[in-house]
Amino acid sequence: MFGAGGGTSSYEETRSADLIVLWGSNAREAHPIFFHHVLKAVHNGAKLIVVDPRRTASAQWADLWLGIDVGTDIPLANAVGREIIAAGLVNEEFISRATTGYEEYCASVEPWTLEEAERVTGVPADAIRELAHAYARAERAQLCWTLGITEHHNAVDNVFALIDLALLTGHVGRYGSGLAPLRGQNNVQGGGDMGALPNKLPGFQDVEDDAARARFEEKWNASIPPKNGKHLSQMFHAMESGELRALYVIGENPAQSEADQKHAIELLEGLDHLVVQDIFLTKTAQLADVVLPASASWAEAEGTVTSSERRVQRVRKALDPPGEARDDVEIVYELAKRLGADLGSPRAEDVWNELRSLSPMHAGMSYERLEELGGIQWPCWDETHPGDQFLHARLWDDEVAVRAPFKAVLHDPPVDKLDDDFPIRLTTGRRLESFNTGVQTGGFSSPLHRDRSTAIRLAPEDGARYGIADGGLVRVVSRRGSVEAPAAYDDTLRPGLAFMNLHFPDEVATNVLTIDAQDPQSGTAEFKATAIRVEAV
Amino acid sequence: MTVISLDAVKRIVELTVDGQEVRVTEGSTILDACRRLGVETPTLCYGDTLTPVNVCRVCVVEVEGARTLVPACSRKVEPGMVVHTDSPRVQTSRRLVLELLGSSVDLSTAPDALRYIEEYEAQPDRFGADSLTVAQAVKVDNELYVRDYSKCILCYKCVEACGDDHQNTFAIAVAGRGFGAHISTELDVTLPESACVYCGNCIAVCPTGALMPVSEFERRRDGTWDEAQQTEVDTICPYCGVGCNLTLHVQGDEIVKVSSPDDHDVTRGNLCVKGRFGYQHVQNRA
Repeated sequence: MFGAGGGTSSYEETRSADLIVLWGSNAREAHPIFFHHVLKAVHNGAKLIVVDPRRTASAQWADLWLGIDVGTDIPLANAVGREIIAAGLVNEEFISRATTGYEEYCASVEPWTLEEAERVTGVPADAIRELAHAYARAERAQLCWTLGITEHHNAVDNVFALIDLALLTGHVGRYGSGLAPLRGQNNVQGGGDMGALPNKLPGFQDVEDDAARARFEEKWNASIPPKNGKHLSQMFHAMESGELRALYVIGENPAQSEADQKHAIELLEGLDHLVVQDIFLTKTAQLADVVLPASASWAEAEGTVTSSERRVQRVRKALDPPGEARDDVEIVYELAKRLGADLGSPRAEDVWNELRSLSPMHAGMSYERLEELGGIQWPCWDETHPGDQFLHARLWDDEVAVRAPFKAVLHDPPVDKLDDDFPIRLTTGRRLESFNTGVQTGGFSSPLHRDRSTAIRLAPEDGARYGIADGGLVRVVSRRGSVEAPAAYDDTLRPGLAFMNLHFPDEVATNVLTIDAQDPQSGTAEFKATAIRVEAV
Repeated sequence: MTVISLDAVKRIVELTVDGQEVRVTEGSTILDACRRLGVETPTLCYGDTLTPVNVCRVCVVEVEGARTLVPACSRKVEPGMVVHTDSPRVQTSRRLVLELLGSSVDLSTAPDALRYIEEYEAQPDRFGADSLTVAQAVKVDNELYVRDYSKCILCYKCVEACGDDHQNTFAIAVAGRGFGAHISTELDVTLPESACVYCGNCIAVCPTGALMPVSEFERRRDGTWDEAQQTEVDTICPYCGVGCNLTLHVQGDEIVKVSSPDDHDVTRGNLCVKGRFGYQHVQNRA
């Protein structure tokens, strides 16, 4: 919507905001140190509003919790937008100067009265009104989200619905107000920055932009395919159709992290050739024809990562990698050599400096400055530029050259429908002490691991209704498969809502249950919305 | 970068410390003024990232016109203030505080306190061998960190870090009165039964080694903890996308402890359980 993909603001601004909205984010557990910044704001008198199907640890700190039904974020956002318009609280000057498409947006949200939204989302109309008024009236508002917004089949539309609210109220492009997608991995932002996206070159330059491609081709003395590549989900589709026959996986464990796991494994097994480069012999690596043991990039290699506030920071080598494991950079260059392109054996800093010469937004970030300044937030145009604390200040210029478009989006409920056979909505998420498929966090023992960590969490009312005891073993069945797991009653869940994590796939393979319905633009699967039933074992 | 400060403009305050004039911004503490001048002032309960609680009294200074000694770490400067940090009264007070602490608490892993004792020529053993102490068994009740309250000087820093200064978990507080005062979980339950989430932000601020990661505790017990052989490497946490700065303490070819710098704005010295303790996976690959 705005160009480069990244959070618009900084943690410092979160501390000085007077309203923070966490929408589909349980930062208390999933981004604990970000939540420290939120708590500083709360202690300074900021209001915290949490939108989440579960009454999470984050929601327990909130002034207001909107317990939304899974997959109804667009109706809720549109109702908030409609209420802001109806109450005359829009920032008219900002809208007229800096945006386009306002009329269409107004028309699209018109059906979403508070009453209609209450019916569809399960959130009381008064709470929706309170969120709308608080957001519109705030001086400095941060709107933060995580996978509760993006792990849906209409993820990108969900994001648009939230951005629309910021455009409506002018809560973007100025100090203290912003849009903050919190990143789930330590370098998921950096991966995007570096062009590890199918449609982007480093620095968010378009693959299909001839001029951009030409600059890289000149530097690299090689030609770049002029068409966008495939994102992860498209790759799996291409594996299914037989178009994609070989796969090179670096630092990812799709055999356990993909939705509809049984199907994903069948596709991986059906490849002609699978190469896996990882720090462990993961379940995916066990399927591979060739395994390339790699260094742990955060402790055994030099380089950079980019955080959720666009801060590029250095990772440094503290340990030698064990055995035959090698630095990822070294492996890639060695591979290039064997494929007939001897590119030398550059160090991480050489690679970085080449990047700086090709990506203007990173140009000023020398290793020396990154060290001196404790990281730099992009964009950083030259070696005198301190980096931008927040983005899109241009939207407040007297003449706005490129306006930000409203995007009218329609409600499209989760693909995996509830019915009499599958009456419970299962959603997934993280635990404080664990991470993704447990490849890393499985390595340390913590008292927190013992807190019935593999259980399916059920509302006590559902336990009683389906004859399942707290602590009893259940079979969890979805349209794609079933797993057995202990049950744990959890009074942060409303009846009809269940919760599982993805951290212990060897014990409980949650992704056997999930659906691989994907967002067509981002390729993200709908991990957050599975229809299940539970049966006592 | 467009930075708009939301704070009101601060005035400059002039004062005198040990006969030297110093100018600091309004709202600064006497400790800030001392540091500006390079006047060394001992502190134990003070932390750069914590709200002062004024309990250790080792930073006290004399302010002309004030009846009592004042804690430098929290007393705000005032225009024209005249401060003495090396008067006999200050010296005596600091020495006595250190003697009382040293006589009752095991300070063997508290390098700052030991240094101050030497500096102020404090004699903790002058109270005799039978002086009351807080000696007690080490609490080892979980895999991640130990609590040795024989080493606790009740500086409250762990309570503040667990409370509203940082973590906001409130798993610990001070219980009891007088000499019986001690740091306790609710109803003195074990850590696994308490609200503790094992962020270890209490360990990070503990000035005496009363709180210690198991990895350090066991090496010290086995005689293999050797700080002279340790290097510190700064990197970024491998988990979520917040980008927390980690300092890896490496001895031989092993990470033996993880901390985070106080002066980095992302963490201010704080981490979560994954960042502080979740490093073991790289060492499980031999």
